[in-house]
Amino acid sequence: MSAMSQTQTEAGPRTEVLLDVRAVRKVYEGRGRSVEAVRDLTFAVARGDLVCVVGPSGAGKTTLLKCIAGLLAPTSGEVVLEGESVDGPPPGMAVVFQEYGRSLFPWMTVRKNVELPLKQKKLPKARRAELVGQALDAVGLGDVHGAYPWQLSGGMQQRVAIARAIAYEPHILLMDEPFAAVDAQTRADLEDLVRSLWQRLGVTTLFVTHDIDEAVYLGQRVLVLSSSPTVVLDDVAVDLPAQRDQLTTRSSARFTELRGHVFAQIQRAKKHSGASVVE
Amino acid sequence: MTSAPTRAAPVRSSRAGGAGRLTGANALLGVLGFAAFLASLEAVPRLGLVSPDYLPPASRIGAALVELVGEAGFWTALGDTVRGWSTGLLIAVVLGIAVGFVVGTVPVLREVTASTIEFLRPIPSVALIPLAVLVFGTDLRSVLLLVVYASFWQVLVQVLYGVQDVDPVAAETARTFGLGRWARIRHVTWPTALPYLLTGVRLAAAVALILAITAELVIGAPGLGNEIGVAQSGGAVARMYALVVVTGLLGVAVNVLARRLEKWLLSWHPSLRREVAA
Ligand SMILES: Nc1ncnc2c1ncn2[C@@H]1O[C@H](COP(=O)(O)OP(=O)(O)OP(=O)(O)O)[C@@H](O)[C@H]1O
Ligand SMILES: [Mg+2]
Repeated sequence: MSAMSQTQTEAGPRTEVLLDVRAVRKVYEGRGRSVEAVRDLTFAVARGDLVCVVGPSGAGKTTLLKCIAGLLAPTSGEVVLEGESVDGPPPGMAVVFQEYGRSLFPWMTVRKNVELPLKQKKLPKARRAELVGQALDAVGLGDVHGAYPWQLSGGMQQRVAIARAIAYEPHILLMDEPFAAVDAQTRADLEDLVRSLWQRLGVTTLFVTHDIDEAVYLGQRVLVLSSSPTVVLDDVAVDLPAQRDQLTTRSSARFTELRGHVFAQIQRAKKHSGASVVE
Repeated sequence: MTSAPTRAAPVRSSRAGGAGRLTGANALLGVLGFAAFLASLEAVPRLGLVSPDYLPPASRIGAALVELVGEAGFWTALGDTVRGWSTGLLIAVVLGIAVGFVVGTVPVLREVTASTIEFLRPIPSVALIPLAVLVFGTDLRSVLLLVVYASFWQVLVQVLYGVQDVDPVAAETARTFGLGRWARIRHVTWPTALPYLLTGVRLAAAVALILAITAELVIGAPGLGNEIGVAQSGGAVARMYALVVVTGLLGVAVNVLARRLEKWLLSWHPSLRREVAA
């Protein structure tokens, strides 16, 4: 773990902006029909932060993430990562997709899946082996290197996807509703895994979810999106203690208060969207 | 061949456009069926149901077969057929992969070529026999032209399906991890298309054998087909049947080989997966 934990010291308490989303708008142009998925999003993420983006289904969260990841070009506005405008997948970024089953390559073993991006980075063999071993150990999968992804459970597959992302040593980690398809217990475990990895590695993380509880439990900050056409409704600082625990944190008064606040914002968002559809 | 029946059913062919019927029966049934076929072949002429002049009993065909195996000329003919078949198949597969990947990964090319492919593909290869004779006479190149034309489309169509089947999530994953165009073709498109390609190769191998024998028989290029024609015109009916049996065995061997190849290369594929200890 030594090599990976070095990044932690660098992260520190600085407030340098790592990701800057500036007036991003995205309109999907279809046949005779255009959908304004994202109207106007502006926010910044500081280096080392863990920001949750929460919004109702269809709010354009995936669209936003794809714009940030350089997979989609915004219709207008701009995404700036580490001072450079994004116009294709940027090198220092890793993405964990919601569809873990389709995101892992079934023709490769777990080890090969995690190693492939590192090969692409042209890391030497020994370094690759080290990173793959550390990453799989970190997600508790030190014993399945030789298995194929389809031989694992859903939760294990998603952990492989997370291991692949952290082995890549990204400066920023994007996660798009990564736990939407796993059961409640696995989901709680994976949430704690993400928190602990973030604390240990200090990697800037943008976590998208439609689950308010999850957003408040995980995030240092929660961005609340309106329904489509999307704007940022609220930016909530989560002042819960750094050490969080599924039981005590979720039953604390402050947690209930925060989630109530976010919930009210989202309800308001739904009413608003009703009006904007009529327009 | 005995271990072959344990293999999984060819589920893959349904994925690849349902093109697997030609070789659908498994090898055990093939062997049983072949035994039953031999038995009736012995009985029918002996019972006088068909004149032995047209259909000699299996035992006489067997004797002719043994005789054949002792002749150097037979092995030369077999070698000629296998060479025409394998060379043609190889050319078709290489061409099919190259054209399939280029056309399949460039949407504009796909649109532009679709109608042409749909027009050229159904032309029966045997309709090109006069052309082949006109251009190449009766040598190997005539056989190759027909074999390549027939089997190329089998490969191309499957590769086009396969290249299209790339999962968008897998492709986006590859892009976010910095895999460039070539790396994506190698690590994502190629493995996705491989099951389709192998189905195409299996179908092409069968078609290629048919065309190789046809070309030899009709054009008179050297090979088993030509030998069959010679035996027939010389009244050596049992020998003719023995040669037909050899072509059948060749077909079985080709199919078994193709399936072995699939099994070996596609252990990860859903149609062949089994509980392997991690
Ligand atoms: N490729 C596309 N073409 C056209 N419209 C699209 C496309 N992708 C998404 N949309 C539309 O954009 C809007 C936002 O979709 P998006 O997938 O970004 O929402 P989301 O917030 O991620 O939803 P969910 O929580 O259900 O995943 C939706 O109205 C959707 O129909
Ligand atoms: Mg989404």
